Amino acid sequence: MNLRKFIAPLLGLALWELLALWLNNPVVLPPVEEVIKVLINPQISILGTGTLLDNTLVSIKRVLSGFILAGAVGVPLGILMGYYPLVMDLFDIIIELLRPIPPLAWVPLALAWFGMGETSMLFIIFIGAFFPILLNTIAGVKGVPKILIETAQTLGAKEKDILLKVVIPASLPSILTGLRIGAGIAWMCVVAAEMLPGSSAGLGYLIMYAYSLSRMDVVIACMIVIGIIGLILDRGLRYIEDRYFKWRYLIK
Amino acid sequence: MENILEIRNVSKKFVSNNREILAVDNLTFDVKYNEFLSIVGPSGCGKSTVLRMIAGLEKPTSGEILMEGRRIEGPGAERGLVFQQYTLLPWRNVLDNVAFGLEIRGVPKKERYEIARRFIKMIGMEGFEEAYPYELSGGMQQRVAIARTLANDPKVVLMDEPFAALDVQTRAILQHELLKIWEKEKKTVVFVTHSVEEAVYLSDRVIVMTARPGRIKDIIPIDLPRPRKRDSLEFIEYRKRIVNILKDEVLKSYNMYRYAKNGIGC
Ligand SMILES: Nc1ncnc2c1ncn2[C@@H]1O[C@H](COP(=O)(O)OP(=O)(O)O)[C@@H](O)[C@H]1O
Ligand SMILES: [Mg+2]
Repeated sequence: MNLRKFIAPLLGLALWELLALWLNNPVVLPPVEEVIKVLINPQISILGTGTLLDNTLVSIKRVLSGFILAGAVGVPLGILMGYYPLVMDLFDIIIELLRPIPPLAWVPLALAWFGMGETSMLFIIFIGAFFPILLNTIAGVKGVPKILIETAQTLGAKEKDILLKVVIPASLPSILTGLRIGAGIAWMCVVAAEMLPGSSAGLGYLIMYAYSLSRMDVVIACMIVIGIIGLILDRGLRYIEDRYFKWRYLIK
Repeated sequence: MENILEIRNVSKKFVSNNREILAVDNLTFDVKYNEFLSIVGPSGCGKSTVLRMIAGLEKPTSGEILMEGRRIEGPGAERGLVFQQYTLLPWRNVLDNVAFGLEIRGVPKKERYEIARRFIKMIGMEGFEEAYPYELSGGMQQRVAIARTLANDPKVVLMDEPFAALDVQTRAILQHELLKIWEKEKKTVVFVTHSVEEAVYLSDRVIVMTARPGRIKDIIPIDLPRPRKRDSLEFIEYRKRIVNILKDEVLKSYNMYRYAKNGIGC
């Protein structure tokens, strides 16, 4: 491990601690140890709204539901759009129009359609994860070298074999990249969605609630948890990409 | 009927960048059952295009190609093609690549692996069954691609410069193995090469094509008993004859590229 990499973070922590001592105002900046205290006791109830662990699990569950839904729609639709020009023509314009709209711009509509609560949050997460998954899947399918398809054809492959045994395996790395990016955005969306009125659990909710009670130690602890989970999500999926899709460098 | 393939007045025009390129011009020839036919010609004369049209991957602009009397409308397993490019499926190991065609046709796992292993042995790559294409050299990948096509047991084997990336020894071994399979399994082979020596060693007949647009310049039957001796007088005689026929065309095609580059056109 390269120790130099830890110099800046440690300096940052020291600076934070000094600043906190000097300010002596935990409503603006709590000292490091206060935040750590919250982090190392994730099973203790905070401010009467459940534990840090519970709220984290609530967020993770939401993100997984929205993300799985987005994948379940985005991957098959992406494959069909990439492979069949007819499907592409049917959906292309809608997708191009909806894609640039940030997930949070959907909030008012979501609230109007689904009311405050789980469904609205799920919808926002879905929107956030859906487009990167869809677009990367399309790109993956379109990027399948034509010669691999021709190879399969000269071996007797029919449409179904080509789709199942050539096109889908060949685009898996790209699909996984889409899932990784989608997961990251879904994670950001869940926190934002939980900050909306009507939310009563989750990390985003906990942050806003702690803020309203001026508990910055809890706010910062939540932010750190959010960051760490986002990192694990990204690294985990990257690991799968590198471990199982080494061959993708061969497709040019 | 003694012809398995009939190529009738076949022309192929490509359009790229709003320019029309006549790649193949009014080609007519037959391929007999169990014949080993080679095609030689300067690069860019349309050899690959001819194979791709027989494979059904490319439609002739005019004319038609018949297999056993029926017009070829698309690709099919009875016409296997070993491509000039590397075409192994990169996510499959050698064994699963060689077994790919059999898998598509629903041959049970045990049986298709048995067949695949036999062909892997034939191309001299025993021990590489579990290796992935990215771990293999270009020549090895090409050998696996040959095994994959042969394992699929096509009636007509189309091969596009399959041995170009191999060293002399491996090439000689594979030529020998190919002849063995061809003789034993009564296959028909259409073989593109730029090596005249290889063409004379392998073929019943050699088609020499002109520079682009590709036409047939000459068809030379090689009347030598097999196994052929590469240093025999007759062998060298055939080689010289074909090289001579080819020489003008190679020069023409070379000049064509030079003029094209200088903007004079061709
Ligand atoms: N898909 C294509 N689009 C445009 N031009 C092509 C295409 N395929 C081949 N050609 C052109 O047709 C000619 C013959 O190509 P090819 O059959 O590959 O020649 P060879 O295999 O004899 O070297 C070349 O000039 C090539 O540039
Ligand atoms: Mg070629």
